[in-house]
Amino acid sequence: MATRRVPLVLLACGSFNPITNQHMRLFELARDHMHSTGQYQVVGGIVSPVSDGYGKQGLVLAKHRIAMAKLALQSSNWVTVDEWESQQPDWTETVVTMRYKTTLYRFPCKSMQELEDNIRLCSILLRPLPSGPCPQLKLLCGADFLDTFKIPGLWRDDHVEEVAGRFGLVCVSRGGASRQNIFLVREWVRNETSATEIRRALRRDRSVKYLIPDAVIEYIHKHNLYTEDSERRNKGTVLRPLAKQAQPVKSLDD
Amino acid sequence: MDGQNITKVVLLSCGSFNPITNMHLRMFELARDHLEDTGQYRVVKGIISPVGDAYKKKGLIEACHRLEMARLSTENSDWITVDSWESLQPEWVETCKVVRHHYDEMLAAEQNNDDVDTVKYAKKRRVEENSFEGSSYHKRRDSPQLMLLCGADVLESFGVPNLWKQEDIAEIVGRYGLVCISRSGNDPHKFIHQSDILWKYRKSIHVVQEWVTNEISATHVRRSLRRGRSIRYLLPDNVVDYIREHGLYSDESERKNADVVLAPLERNMGASSS
Repeated sequence: MATRRVPLVLLACGSFNPITNQHMRLFELARDHMHSTGQYQVVGGIVSPVSDGYGKQGLVLAKHRIAMAKLALQSSNWVTVDEWESQQPDWTETVVTMRYKTTLYRFPCKSMQELEDNIRLCSILLRPLPSGPCPQLKLLCGADFLDTFKIPGLWRDDHVEEVAGRFGLVCVSRGGASRQNIFLVREWVRNETSATEIRRALRRDRSVKYLIPDAVIEYIHKHNLYTEDSERRNKGTVLRPLAKQAQPVKSLDD
Repeated sequence: MDGQNITKVVLLSCGSFNPITNMHLRMFELARDHLEDTGQYRVVKGIISPVGDAYKKKGLIEACHRLEMARLSTENSDWITVDSWESLQPEWVETCKVVRHHYDEMLAAEQNNDDVDTVKYAKKRRVEENSFEGSSYHKRRDSPQLMLLCGADVLESFGVPNLWKQEDIAEIVGRYGLVCISRSGNDPHKFIHQSDILWKYRKSIHVVQEWVTNEISATHVRRSLRRGRSIRYLLPDNVVDYIREHGLYSDESERKNADVVLAPLERNMGASSS
């Protein structure tokens, strides 16, 4: 009798500015890979767009990034969009988002809708499955994300330890060394579509068809997102994690 | 009336489309943007022409499926269409003949829209078979142009022995024109520079740089399918569904034509030995 597979949920944090086919590919590649290890059963995927408080240059309003992600994932039967992070008043550390996802019921809900969302997520994440333990949550990311660990002041050391150690990462990357609890999914296809290039193409009135879903393109045109103006947003602002990390750590911070 | 003549362009893409992918579709978008950016062209139509089964490429599945997948993929496009003429021919058709066929069709369609007598002009042009002079040839009139759209790998395939006839290459770049999308790892400018015939007609070869690298190859897609891996977001959703519904692309389908010589090689090697 084969060992029972551990149920797994993949969480992707990021700007999703905008969401692209490549982002959605990450989920597909990661799911296939984790299944092929024989140890995991991927039961869900979550796209969690960062809040406006992140302060990244060119970041358009969270409500748009959420709407586009929802349109893009309409046809997916296993990946959903989570608005919690984007609705927080300040930027949220990745590890906090991950903790929230695994222990939702402890956090107060601001509305019926949020309660319902929480219950739904609870049921995905926390309902004990007849065959085994509760689902694990791992962070899904691309190659550039691992590199951000090296940027001074961007991550707290104890957070890196918790994300990589307690939870675990599934990183879709062409190279690099494998580490404990960091699953490296060798990209079998080089797909360098990046949201930055797409925003550039949109500013220059170039086509982005077949790089992002049609419904997202329509939304972008309808709301006139991604112009020279939008790209200048937050210019000169310090990225929120850098500003926050520079402050002394309060004991109640988390 | 603006003084500048804007030439209408139809883009034709020939290939296996086994299966069609987002990359194939992306090439059309890139080509159109590039040509229209010059201010000299207006791209009015795109044509996908899947090759016939008689091409005998390894792993090539039936044309009827490849046509249907291409049609599904262009449902949401208002300018890209699929044409079955090439795939319906009993024998493999040289690309040059496919280009000629679509060029004649395009002129005939223009004639229907035009008051000017293009038929007389087309007949006159056929007499001057070997005297085309690249882009200047078309500027005699406001005639629409048909250009072959391809990746840099196709351009480089011009150098493979017996795959192309030299006179066909000359006709495609000389009489018509080429739009070549460069992928990372290819250097089309270098290849053009190293080929005398391409260099001669370099003004008719439009090289388009793809900055958003998008290297989805149909080969990789087929391999993924054989291994039970996901191909979602590499092709349009309705094509992914079609492949699943019809159980296309297996180890068996990939073995098709494994021991058969590719049609152009067979034809050209046979001709040169006589």
